[in-house]
Amino acid sequence: MQSQASYDYAVVRKFAIMTVVWGIVGMLVGVIIAAQLVWPQLNFHEWLHFGRLRPLHTNAVIFAFGGCALFATSYFVVQRTCHTSLFAPWLAELTFWGWQLIIVLAAVTLPLGITTGKEYAELEWPIDILITVVWVAYAVVFFGTIVKRKTPHIYVANWFYGSFILAVAVLHLVNSAEVPVSLWKSYSAYAGVQDAMIQWWYGHNAVGFFLTAGFLGMMYYFVPKQAERPVYSYRLSVVHFWALIFTYMWAGPHHLHYTALPDWAQSLGMTFSLILLAPSWGGMINGIMTLSGAWHKLRTDPILKFLVTSLSFYGMSTFEGPMMSIKTVNALSHYTDWTVGHVHSGALGWVAMISIGAVYYLLPRMYGKNEMYSTRLITLHFWVATVGVVLYIASMWIAGVMQGLMSRAVNGDGTLTYAFVETVKASYPFWTIRLLGGVLFLVGMLIMFYNMVRTIAGQKAVNAPVLAVSAAH
Amino acid sequence: MDINTLRSVLTALALGCFLAIAFWAYSKGARKGFDEAALLPFSDDDGLPEKREPVDNRG
Repeated sequence: MQSQASYDYAVVRKFAIMTVVWGIVGMLVGVIIAAQLVWPQLNFHEWLHFGRLRPLHTNAVIFAFGGCALFATSYFVVQRTCHTSLFAPWLAELTFWGWQLIIVLAAVTLPLGITTGKEYAELEWPIDILITVVWVAYAVVFFGTIVKRKTPHIYVANWFYGSFILAVAVLHLVNSAEVPVSLWKSYSAYAGVQDAMIQWWYGHNAVGFFLTAGFLGMMYYFVPKQAERPVYSYRLSVVHFWALIFTYMWAGPHHLHYTALPDWAQSLGMTFSLILLAPSWGGMINGIMTLSGAWHKLRTDPILKFLVTSLSFYGMSTFEGPMMSIKTVNALSHYTDWTVGHVHSGALGWVAMISIGAVYYLLPRMYGKNEMYSTRLITLHFWVATVGVVLYIASMWIAGVMQGLMSRAVNGDGTLTYAFVETVKASYPFWTIRLLGGVLFLVGMLIMFYNMVRTIAGQKAVNAPVLAVSAAH
Repeated sequence: MDINTLRSVLTALALGCFLAIAFWAYSKGARKGFDEAALLPFSDDDGLPEKREPVDNRG
Protein backbone atom coordinates (compact mmCIF):
# COMPACT_ATOMS: atom_id res chain seq x y z
CA MET A 1 0.00 0.00 0.00
CA GLN A 2 2.96 2.32 0.41
CA SER A 3 3.06 3.40 -3.23
CA GLN A 4 -0.59 4.43 -3.18
CA ALA A 5 -1.48 8.00 -4.19
CA SER A 6 -2.91 10.25 -1.51
CA TYR A 7 -5.53 12.99 -1.39
CA ASP A 8 -4.44 16.62 -1.61
CA TYR A 9 -5.16 17.74 1.91
CA ALA A 10 -2.64 20.61 1.99
CA VAL A 11 -5.08 23.14 0.56
CA VAL A 12 -7.99 21.76 2.60
CA ARG A 13 -5.93 22.10 5.78
CA LYS A 14 -5.02 25.72 5.06
CA PHE A 15 -8.57 26.74 4.19
CA ALA A 16 -9.92 24.95 7.28
CA ILE A 17 -7.56 26.80 9.61
CA MET A 18 -8.29 30.14 7.95
CA THR A 19 -12.03 29.46 8.33
CA VAL A 20 -11.59 29.66 12.09
CA VAL A 21 -9.23 32.65 11.90
CA TRP A 22 -11.45 34.72 9.59
CA GLY A 23 -14.50 33.65 11.57
CA ILE A 24 -12.97 35.27 14.64
CA VAL A 25 -11.95 38.40 12.73
CA GLY A 26 -15.31 38.83 10.99
CA MET A 27 -17.34 38.22 14.13
CA LEU A 28 -15.10 40.54 16.15
CA VAL A 29 -15.86 43.32 13.67
CA GLY A 30 -19.53 42.41 14.06
CA VAL A 31 -19.24 42.76 17.84
CA ILE A 32 -17.52 46.14 17.41
CA ILE A 33 -20.27 47.55 15.19
CA ALA A 34 -22.94 46.13 17.51
CA ALA A 35 -21.20 47.99 20.35
CA GLN A 36 -21.09 51.15 18.22
CA LEU A 37 -24.87 51.06 17.96
CA VAL A 38 -25.16 50.86 21.74
CA TRP A 39 -22.39 53.42 22.43
CA PRO A 40 -22.17 55.78 19.41
CA GLN A 41 -19.09 57.46 20.91
CA LEU A 42 -17.13 54.36 19.81
CA ASN A 43 -17.20 55.78 16.26
CA PHE A 44 -13.97 57.64 16.97
CA HIS A 45 -12.24 57.63 13.59
CA GLU A 46 -13.51 57.68 10.02
CA TRP A 47 -11.66 54.42 9.26
CA LEU A 48 -13.41 52.72 12.16
CA HIS A 49 -16.79 54.29 11.61
CA PHE A 50 -19.90 52.07 11.58
CA GLY A 51 -20.54 52.82 7.91
CA ARG A 52 -17.05 51.60 6.96
CA LEU A 53 -16.86 48.65 9.33
CA ARG A 54 -20.28 47.23 8.51
CA PRO A 55 -19.35 46.16 4.95
CA LEU A 56 -16.07 44.85 6.36
CA HIS A 57 -18.06 42.69 8.77
CA THR A 58 -20.38 41.32 6.07
CA ASN A 59 -17.53 40.68 3.64
CA ALA A 60 -15.40 39.02 6.31
CA VAL A 61 -18.06 36.66 7.61
CA ILE A 62 -19.59 35.79 4.23
CA PHE A 63 -16.61 35.66 1.90
CA ALA A 64 -13.67 35.12 4.28
CA PHE A 65 -15.21 32.83 6.93
CA GLY A 66 -17.95 31.28 4.77
CA GLY A 67 -15.78 31.29 1.66
CA CYS A 68 -12.85 29.50 3.32
CA ALA A 69 -15.28 26.94 4.80
CA LEU A 70 -16.71 26.30 1.33
CA PHE A 71 -13.29 26.00 -0.31
CA ALA A 72 -12.03 23.65 2.42
CA THR A 73 -15.05 21.35 2.46
CA SER A 74 -15.63 21.32 -1.30
CA TYR A 75 -12.00 20.34 -1.98
CA PHE A 76 -12.30 17.65 0.70
CA VAL A 77 -15.70 16.29 -0.34
CA VAL A 78 -15.04 16.28 -4.09
CA GLN A 79 -11.88 14.21 -3.61
CA ARG A 80 -13.38 11.76 -1.17
CA THR A 81 -16.59 11.14 -3.10
CA CYS A 82 -14.84 11.00 -6.50
CA HIS A 83 -12.11 8.68 -5.18
CA THR A 84 -9.40 10.76 -6.76
CA SER A 85 -6.96 13.51 -5.84
CA LEU A 86 -7.49 17.12 -6.94
CA PHE A 87 -7.13 18.13 -10.56
CA ALA A 88 -4.26 20.67 -10.82
CA PRO A 89 -3.38 20.91 -7.11
CA TRP A 90 -1.07 23.87 -7.85
CA LEU A 91 -4.09 25.76 -9.12
CA ALA A 92 -5.92 24.91 -5.89
CA GLU A 93 -2.95 26.34 -4.03
CA LEU A 94 -3.35 29.50 -6.13
CA THR A 95 -7.01 29.77 -5.13
CA PHE A 96 -5.92 29.71 -1.48
CA TRP A 97 -3.35 32.51 -1.73
CA GLY A 98 -5.51 34.48 -4.17
CA TRP A 99 -8.51 34.30 -1.86
CA GLN A 100 -6.45 35.38 1.15
CA LEU A 101 -5.09 38.32 -0.87
CA ILE A 102 -8.64 39.36 -1.78
CA ILE A 103 -9.65 39.24 1.89
CA VAL A 104 -6.67 41.36 2.94
CA LEU A 105 -7.40 43.87 0.16
CA ALA A 106 -11.01 44.05 1.36
CA ALA A 107 -9.85 44.62 4.92
CA VAL A 108 -7.69 47.53 3.74
CA THR A 109 -9.93 49.20 1.14
CA LEU A 110 -13.28 49.08 2.95
CA PRO A 111 -12.17 51.02 6.08
CA LEU A 112 -10.49 53.54 3.74
CA GLY A 113 -13.91 54.16 2.21
CA ILE A 114 -13.07 52.57 -1.15
CA THR A 115 -16.36 50.98 -2.14
CA THR A 116 -18.77 50.56 -5.03
CA GLY A 117 -21.65 50.97 -2.61
CA LYS A 118 -23.33 47.77 -3.81
CA GLU A 119 -24.28 45.64 -0.82
CA TYR A 120 -22.23 42.40 -0.59
CA ALA A 121 -20.40 43.52 -3.74
CA GLU A 122 -18.62 46.56 -2.30
CA LEU A 123 -15.13 45.69 -3.50
CA GLU A 124 -13.76 47.94 -6.25
CA TRP A 125 -13.01 46.85 -9.78
CA PRO A 126 -9.35 45.74 -9.48
CA ILE A 127 -10.39 43.36 -6.67
CA ASP A 128 -13.39 42.23 -8.72
CA ILE A 129 -11.01 41.16 -11.48
CA LEU A 130 -8.88 39.28 -8.97
CA ILE A 131 -12.01 37.52 -7.66
CA THR A 132 -12.86 36.48 -11.22
CA VAL A 133 -9.39 34.98 -11.75
CA VAL A 134 -9.50 33.03 -8.48
CA TRP A 135 -13.04 31.86 -9.15
CA VAL A 136 -12.19 30.55 -12.62
CA ALA A 137 -9.24 28.66 -11.09
CA TYR A 138 -11.60 27.25 -8.43
CA ALA A 139 -14.04 26.08 -11.13
CA VAL A 140 -11.22 24.46 -13.11
CA VAL A 141 -9.98 22.55 -10.06
CA PHE A 142 -13.44 21.49 -8.91
CA PHE A 143 -14.90 20.44 -12.25
CA GLY A 144 -11.55 19.00 -13.33
CA THR A 145 -11.67 16.74 -10.29
CA ILE A 146 -15.23 15.70 -11.14
CA VAL A 147 -14.13 14.86 -14.68
CA LYS A 148 -11.24 12.65 -13.47
CA ARG A 149 -13.42 10.85 -10.89
CA LYS A 150 -13.13 7.09 -10.47
CA THR A 151 -16.75 6.61 -9.49
CA PRO A 152 -19.69 6.21 -11.88
CA HIS A 153 -21.87 8.67 -9.97
CA ILE A 154 -21.41 12.31 -8.99
CA TYR A 155 -22.47 12.44 -5.35
CA VAL A 156 -25.27 14.94 -4.65
CA ALA A 157 -23.05 17.15 -2.46
CA ASN A 158 -20.90 17.84 -5.52
CA TRP A 159 -23.96 18.94 -7.49
CA PHE A 160 -24.66 21.54 -4.84
CA TYR A 161 -21.03 22.69 -4.69
CA GLY A 162 -20.88 22.79 -8.49
CA SER A 163 -24.03 24.89 -8.80
CA PHE A 164 -22.68 27.25 -6.15
CA ILE A 165 -19.45 27.74 -8.11
CA LEU A 166 -21.23 28.28 -11.43
CA ALA A 167 -23.96 30.56 -10.09
CA VAL A 168 -21.55 32.74 -8.13
CA ALA A 169 -19.45 33.17 -11.29
CA VAL A 170 -22.49 34.37 -13.25
CA LEU A 171 -23.71 36.64 -10.43
CA HIS A 172 -20.31 38.21 -9.88
CA LEU A 173 -19.71 38.89 -13.58
CA VAL A 174 -23.11 40.46 -14.20
CA ASN A 175 -23.44 42.54 -11.04
CA SER A 176 -19.84 43.76 -11.08
CA ALA A 177 -20.08 45.18 -14.60
CA GLU A 178 -18.79 48.67 -13.94
CA VAL A 179 -17.04 51.59 -15.58
CA PRO A 180 -13.72 52.47 -13.91
CA VAL A 181 -12.90 56.17 -13.67
CA SER A 182 -9.71 55.74 -11.66
CA LEU A 183 -7.74 52.94 -10.02
CA TRP A 184 -10.04 52.84 -6.99
CA LYS A 185 -13.30 54.25 -8.28
CA SER A 186 -15.87 52.83 -10.68
CA TYR A 187 -19.55 53.29 -11.43
CA SER A 188 -22.11 50.58 -12.09
CA ALA A 189 -22.81 49.81 -15.74
CA TYR A 190 -26.54 49.94 -14.93
CA ALA A 191 -28.72 52.84 -13.92
CA GLY A 192 -31.88 53.46 -11.95
CA VAL A 193 -34.25 50.65 -11.16
CA GLN A 194 -32.38 48.23 -13.45
CA ASP A 195 -29.32 48.75 -11.27
CA ALA A 196 -31.39 48.06 -8.16
CA MET A 197 -32.95 44.94 -9.68
CA ILE A 198 -29.59 43.54 -10.83
CA GLN A 199 -28.08 44.33 -7.43
CA TRP A 200 -30.81 42.36 -5.63
CA TRP A 201 -30.89 39.62 -8.20
CA TYR A 202 -27.23 39.31 -7.21
CA GLY A 203 -27.85 39.92 -3.52
CA HIS A 204 -30.55 37.33 -3.08
CA ASN A 205 -28.76 34.73 -5.15
CA ALA A 206 -25.62 35.33 -3.14
CA VAL A 207 -27.81 34.12 -0.29
CA GLY A 208 -29.28 31.36 -2.46
CA PHE A 209 -26.11 30.00 -3.97
CA PHE A 210 -23.20 31.18 -1.83
CA LEU A 211 -24.91 30.85 1.56
CA THR A 212 -27.36 28.07 0.74
CA ALA A 213 -26.37 25.76 -2.12
CA GLY A 214 -22.72 25.63 -1.06
CA PHE A 215 -23.58 24.88 2.55
CA LEU A 216 -26.18 22.31 1.49
CA GLY A 217 -23.31 20.55 -0.25
CA MET A 218 -21.61 20.53 3.13
CA MET A 219 -24.80 19.20 4.74
CA TYR A 220 -25.20 16.32 2.28
CA TYR A 221 -21.71 15.04 3.07
CA PHE A 222 -21.03 15.81 6.72
CA VAL A 223 -24.46 14.99 8.19
CA PRO A 224 -24.47 11.43 6.75
CA LYS A 225 -20.80 10.99 7.71
CA GLN A 226 -21.22 12.12 11.28
CA ALA A 227 -24.52 10.22 11.69
CA GLU A 228 -22.89 7.18 9.98
CA ARG A 229 -25.96 6.75 7.82
CA PRO A 230 -26.62 7.45 4.16
CA VAL A 231 -28.85 10.43 3.42
CA TYR A 232 -32.52 9.76 4.28
CA SER A 233 -33.75 9.99 0.69
CA TYR A 234 -31.37 10.38 -2.21
CA ARG A 235 -34.15 11.01 -4.72
CA LEU A 236 -35.53 13.77 -2.51
CA SER A 237 -32.06 15.32 -2.57
CA VAL A 238 -32.16 15.29 -6.39
CA VAL A 239 -35.57 16.99 -6.46
CA HIS A 240 -34.39 19.37 -3.71
CA PHE A 241 -31.43 20.36 -5.86
CA TRP A 242 -33.35 21.03 -9.06
CA ALA A 243 -36.21 22.79 -7.29
CA LEU A 244 -33.74 25.24 -5.74
CA ILE A 245 -32.03 25.77 -9.08
CA PHE A 246 -35.30 26.49 -10.88
CA THR A 247 -36.72 28.88 -8.27
CA TYR A 248 -33.96 30.79 -6.48
CA MET A 249 -33.00 33.01 -9.42
CA TRP A 250 -36.43 34.71 -9.39
CA ALA A 251 -36.72 35.65 -5.72
CA GLY A 252 -34.57 38.81 -5.70
CA PRO A 253 -37.36 41.40 -6.21
CA HIS A 254 -38.66 40.79 -2.67
CA HIS A 255 -35.80 43.08 -1.56
CA LEU A 256 -37.46 45.90 -3.52
CA HIS A 257 -41.08 45.81 -2.35
CA TYR A 258 -42.83 49.19 -2.57
CA THR A 259 -40.01 50.75 -4.58
CA ALA A 260 -39.80 52.00 -8.18
CA LEU A 261 -39.59 48.37 -9.32
CA PRO A 262 -42.70 47.47 -11.39
CA ASP A 263 -45.44 45.93 -9.30
CA TRP A 264 -45.59 42.74 -11.37
CA ALA A 265 -41.89 42.12 -10.70
CA GLN A 266 -42.47 42.56 -6.96
CA SER A 267 -45.36 40.07 -7.04
CA LEU A 268 -43.28 37.63 -9.07
CA GLY A 269 -40.45 37.84 -6.53
CA MET A 270 -42.91 37.27 -3.70
CA THR A 271 -44.49 34.26 -5.44
CA PHE A 272 -41.18 32.55 -6.08
CA SER A 273 -40.02 33.29 -2.54
CA LEU A 274 -43.13 31.52 -1.25
CA ILE A 275 -42.52 28.56 -3.57
CA LEU A 276 -38.98 28.32 -2.17
CA LEU A 277 -40.40 27.17 1.15
CA ALA A 278 -41.06 23.72 -0.37
CA PRO A 279 -37.56 22.78 -1.55
CA SER A 280 -35.97 24.42 1.48
CA TRP A 281 -38.03 22.34 3.87
CA GLY A 282 -37.58 19.25 1.71
CA GLY A 283 -33.84 19.63 2.16
CA MET A 284 -34.09 20.34 5.86
CA ILE A 285 -36.32 17.29 6.45
CA ASN A 286 -33.96 15.17 4.36
CA GLY A 287 -31.03 16.25 6.51
CA ILE A 288 -32.75 15.81 9.85
CA MET A 289 -34.39 12.48 8.93
CA THR A 290 -30.93 11.13 8.07
CA LEU A 291 -30.62 10.80 11.83
CA SER A 292 -33.66 8.54 12.15
CA GLY A 293 -32.55 5.54 14.16
CA ALA A 294 -29.53 7.47 15.41
CA TRP A 295 -31.17 10.13 17.54
CA HIS A 296 -29.35 8.88 20.63
CA LYS A 297 -26.09 10.07 19.10
CA LEU A 298 -27.27 13.65 19.54
CA ARG A 299 -26.89 13.27 23.29
CA THR A 300 -23.20 12.53 23.19
CA ASP A 301 -21.92 13.93 19.90
CA PRO A 302 -21.52 17.74 19.91
CA ILE A 303 -20.55 17.80 16.21
CA LEU A 304 -23.89 16.22 15.38
CA LYS A 305 -25.53 18.77 17.68
CA PHE A 306 -23.99 21.55 15.59
CA LEU A 307 -25.10 19.96 12.31
CA VAL A 308 -28.66 19.22 13.39
CA THR A 309 -29.12 22.59 15.10
CA SER A 310 -27.89 24.26 11.92
CA LEU A 311 -30.60 22.41 9.98
CA SER A 312 -33.21 23.56 12.50
CA PHE A 313 -32.12 27.15 11.98
CA TYR A 314 -32.14 26.57 8.21
CA GLY A 315 -35.74 25.42 8.52
CA MET A 316 -36.66 28.39 10.70
CA SER A 317 -35.07 31.02 8.50
CA THR A 318 -36.41 29.49 5.27
CA PHE A 319 -39.89 29.64 6.79
CA GLU A 320 -39.38 33.19 8.01
CA GLY A 321 -37.91 34.36 4.67
CA PRO A 322 -40.95 33.49 2.52
CA MET A 323 -43.24 35.01 5.18
CA MET A 324 -41.23 38.24 5.12
CA SER A 325 -41.38 38.33 1.32
CA ILE A 326 -45.19 38.68 1.47
CA LYS A 327 -45.78 42.34 0.66
CA THR A 328 -48.03 43.10 3.63
CA VAL A 329 -45.60 41.47 6.07
CA ASN A 330 -42.70 43.19 4.35
CA ALA A 331 -44.44 46.54 4.85
CA LEU A 332 -43.90 45.99 8.56
CA SER A 333 -40.55 44.20 8.56
CA HIS A 334 -38.58 46.05 5.87
CA TYR A 335 -36.00 48.62 7.04
CA THR A 336 -36.22 47.31 10.61
CA ASP A 337 -34.04 45.03 12.76
CA TRP A 338 -36.37 42.14 11.95
CA THR A 339 -34.41 41.80 8.70
CA VAL A 340 -31.16 41.81 10.67
CA GLY A 341 -32.54 39.10 12.98
CA HIS A 342 -33.65 37.01 9.99
CA VAL A 343 -30.27 37.29 8.31
CA HIS A 344 -28.44 36.23 11.46
CA SER A 345 -30.79 33.33 12.07
CA GLY A 346 -29.53 32.11 8.70
CA ALA A 347 -25.94 33.32 8.99
CA LEU A 348 -25.13 32.31 12.56
CA GLY A 349 -27.67 29.53 13.02
CA TRP A 350 -27.36 27.83 9.66
CA VAL A 351 -24.19 28.87 7.81
CA ALA A 352 -21.84 29.29 10.77
CA MET A 353 -23.07 26.25 12.69
CA ILE A 354 -22.88 23.83 9.77
CA SER A 355 -19.40 25.18 8.94
CA ILE A 356 -18.26 24.81 12.53
CA GLY A 357 -19.56 21.23 12.63
CA ALA A 358 -17.87 20.42 9.32
CA VAL A 359 -14.54 21.92 10.41
CA TYR A 360 -14.66 19.96 13.68
CA TYR A 361 -15.11 16.81 11.61
CA LEU A 362 -12.47 17.69 9.05
CA LEU A 363 -9.67 19.26 11.04
CA PRO A 364 -8.48 16.26 13.09
CA ARG A 365 -8.55 14.11 9.93
CA MET A 366 -6.05 16.50 8.36
CA TYR A 367 -3.64 15.43 11.10
CA GLY A 368 -4.32 11.70 11.18
CA LYS A 369 -6.71 11.83 14.11
CA ASN A 370 -10.37 10.94 14.49
CA GLU A 371 -11.28 13.58 17.00
CA MET A 372 -10.48 17.07 18.15
CA TYR A 373 -8.26 17.62 21.18
CA SER A 374 -11.29 18.09 23.44
CA THR A 375 -14.85 16.93 22.77
CA ARG A 376 -16.02 18.68 25.95
CA LEU A 377 -14.84 22.01 24.55
CA ILE A 378 -16.90 21.33 21.41
CA THR A 379 -19.93 20.79 23.66
CA LEU A 380 -19.16 24.02 25.48
CA HIS A 381 -18.77 25.83 22.15
CA PHE A 382 -22.13 24.45 21.05
CA TRP A 383 -24.03 25.75 24.08
CA VAL A 384 -22.31 29.14 24.16
CA ALA A 385 -22.99 29.60 20.43
CA THR A 386 -26.61 28.44 20.68
CA VAL A 387 -27.42 30.79 23.56
CA GLY A 388 -25.67 33.56 21.59
CA VAL A 389 -27.78 33.00 18.46
CA VAL A 390 -31.03 32.81 20.41
CA LEU A 391 -30.29 36.06 22.26
CA TYR A 392 -29.31 37.71 18.99
CA ILE A 393 -32.35 36.78 16.93
CA ALA A 394 -34.93 37.12 19.72
CA SER A 395 -33.78 40.66 20.54
CA MET A 396 -33.79 41.62 16.87
CA TRP A 397 -37.29 40.22 16.33
CA ILE A 398 -38.67 42.27 19.21
CA ALA A 399 -36.75 45.38 18.20
CA GLY A 400 -37.79 44.97 14.56
CA VAL A 401 -41.50 44.52 15.18
CA MET A 402 -41.42 47.42 17.65
CA GLN A 403 -39.67 49.69 15.13
CA GLY A 404 -42.13 48.66 12.41
CA LEU A 405 -45.16 49.35 14.60
CA MET A 406 -43.78 52.67 15.83
CA SER A 407 -42.95 53.81 12.30
CA ARG A 408 -46.47 53.15 10.99
CA ALA A 409 -48.36 54.56 13.98
CA VAL A 410 -50.36 57.69 13.12
CA ASN A 411 -52.33 60.11 15.25
CA GLY A 412 -56.01 60.96 14.69
CA ASP A 413 -55.04 63.95 12.56
CA GLY A 414 -52.83 61.83 10.29
CA THR A 415 -49.45 62.94 11.67
CA LEU A 416 -46.82 60.38 12.68
CA THR A 417 -46.99 59.35 16.32
CA TYR A 418 -43.25 58.77 16.66
CA ALA A 419 -40.21 60.51 15.24
CA PHE A 420 -37.48 58.21 13.88
CA VAL A 421 -35.21 59.05 16.78
CA GLU A 422 -37.81 57.67 19.20
CA THR A 423 -37.55 54.25 17.55
CA VAL A 424 -33.78 54.50 17.98
CA LYS A 425 -34.13 55.33 21.66
CA ALA A 426 -36.55 52.45 22.23
CA SER A 427 -34.13 50.04 20.52
CA TYR A 428 -31.19 50.48 22.90
CA PRO A 429 -32.07 47.65 25.34
CA PHE A 430 -32.43 45.21 22.43
CA TRP A 431 -29.21 46.33 20.80
CA THR A 432 -27.49 45.66 24.11
CA ILE A 433 -28.92 42.12 24.23
CA ARG A 434 -27.85 41.64 20.62
CA LEU A 435 -24.32 42.70 21.56
CA LEU A 436 -24.31 40.12 24.33
CA GLY A 437 -25.47 37.42 21.90
CA GLY A 438 -22.74 38.39 19.44
CA VAL A 439 -20.10 38.34 22.16
CA LEU A 440 -21.18 34.82 23.17
CA PHE A 441 -20.95 33.61 19.57
CA LEU A 442 -17.46 35.13 19.30
CA VAL A 443 -16.42 33.49 22.58
CA GLY A 444 -17.50 30.17 21.06
CA MET A 445 -15.16 30.79 18.11
CA LEU A 446 -12.29 31.55 20.49
CA ILE A 447 -12.95 28.23 22.26
CA MET A 448 -12.81 26.60 18.83
CA PHE A 449 -9.50 28.33 18.07
CA TYR A 450 -7.95 27.01 21.29
CA ASN A 451 -9.25 23.51 20.56
CA MET A 452 -7.84 23.74 17.02
CA VAL A 453 -4.39 24.82 18.22
CA ARG A 454 -4.28 21.99 20.75
CA THR A 455 -5.43 19.49 18.10
CA ILE A 456 -2.74 20.54 15.66
CA ALA A 457 0.09 21.07 18.16
CA GLY A 458 2.77 18.43 17.81
CA GLN A 459 0.84 16.57 15.08
CA LYS A 460 2.12 15.88 11.63
CA ALA A 461 -0.03 16.76 8.65
CA VAL A 462 -1.38 13.58 7.05
CA ASN A 463 -2.75 12.97 3.57
CA ALA A 464 -5.10 9.99 3.52
CA PRO A 465 -4.55 7.45 0.71
CA VAL A 466 -6.85 7.62 -2.29
CA LEU A 467 -9.58 5.00 -2.09
CA ALA A 468 -9.49 1.87 -4.14
CA VAL A 469 -11.96 1.95 -7.02
CA SER A 470 -15.56 1.21 -6.16
CA ALA A 471 -15.40 -0.11 -2.64
CA ALA A 472 -19.15 0.53 -2.44
CA HIS A 473 -21.60 -2.35 -2.32
CA MET B 1 -43.25 37.34 -32.45
CA ASP B 2 -43.57 39.29 -29.23
CA ILE B 3 -40.58 38.69 -26.97
CA ASN B 4 -43.00 38.06 -24.10
CA THR B 5 -44.43 35.03 -25.91
CA LEU B 6 -40.92 33.59 -26.00
CA ARG B 7 -40.50 34.33 -22.30
CA SER B 8 -43.79 32.61 -21.46
CA VAL B 9 -42.86 29.56 -23.52
CA LEU B 10 -39.47 29.39 -21.81
CA THR B 11 -41.09 29.53 -18.38
CA ALA B 12 -43.50 26.74 -19.31
CA LEU B 13 -40.59 24.67 -20.68
CA ALA B 14 -38.64 25.19 -17.47
CA LEU B 15 -41.61 23.95 -15.45
CA GLY B 16 -41.97 20.94 -17.73
CA CYS B 17 -38.27 20.24 -17.41
CA PHE B 18 -38.45 20.36 -13.63
CA LEU B 19 -41.49 18.07 -13.50
CA ALA B 20 -39.73 15.61 -15.81
CA ILE B 21 -36.74 15.57 -13.46
CA ALA B 22 -39.02 15.02 -10.46
CA PHE B 23 -40.81 12.11 -12.20
CA TRP B 24 -37.50 10.58 -13.21
CA ALA B 25 -36.10 10.91 -9.69
CA TYR B 26 -39.06 9.00 -8.28
CA SER B 27 -39.13 6.39 -11.06
CA LYS B 28 -38.02 2.79 -10.52
CA GLY B 29 -35.22 3.14 -13.02
CA ALA B 30 -33.35 5.76 -11.00
CA ARG B 31 -33.48 3.77 -7.77
CA LYS B 32 -30.43 1.56 -8.24
CA GLY B 33 -28.08 4.36 -9.24
CA PHE B 34 -29.28 6.50 -6.36
CA ASP B 35 -28.72 3.69 -3.87
CA GLU B 36 -25.15 3.32 -5.08
CA ALA B 37 -24.54 7.07 -5.09
CA ALA B 38 -25.94 7.46 -1.56
CA LEU B 39 -23.20 5.16 -0.24
CA LEU B 40 -20.34 7.06 -1.89
CA PRO B 41 -19.34 8.94 1.27
CA PHE B 42 -18.94 5.62 3.07
CA SER B 43 -16.57 3.80 0.76
CA ASP B 44 -14.00 5.20 3.09
CA ASP B 45 -10.69 4.12 4.45
CA ASP B 46 -8.76 6.81 6.25
CA GLY B 47 -6.43 4.38 7.92
CA LEU B 48 -8.29 5.72 10.95
CA PRO B 49 -10.27 3.51 13.29
CA GLU B 50 -13.84 3.77 11.96
CA LYS B 51 -16.55 3.34 14.51
CA ARG B 52 -18.84 1.00 12.58
CA GLU B 53 -20.56 0.24 9.32
CA PRO B 54 -23.27 2.62 8.11
CA VAL B 55 -26.82 1.36 8.42
CA ASP B 56 -29.30 1.85 5.62
CA ASN B 57 -32.27 3.57 7.24
CA ARG B 58 -34.53 3.73 4.22
CA GLY B 59 -37.22 1.07 4.72
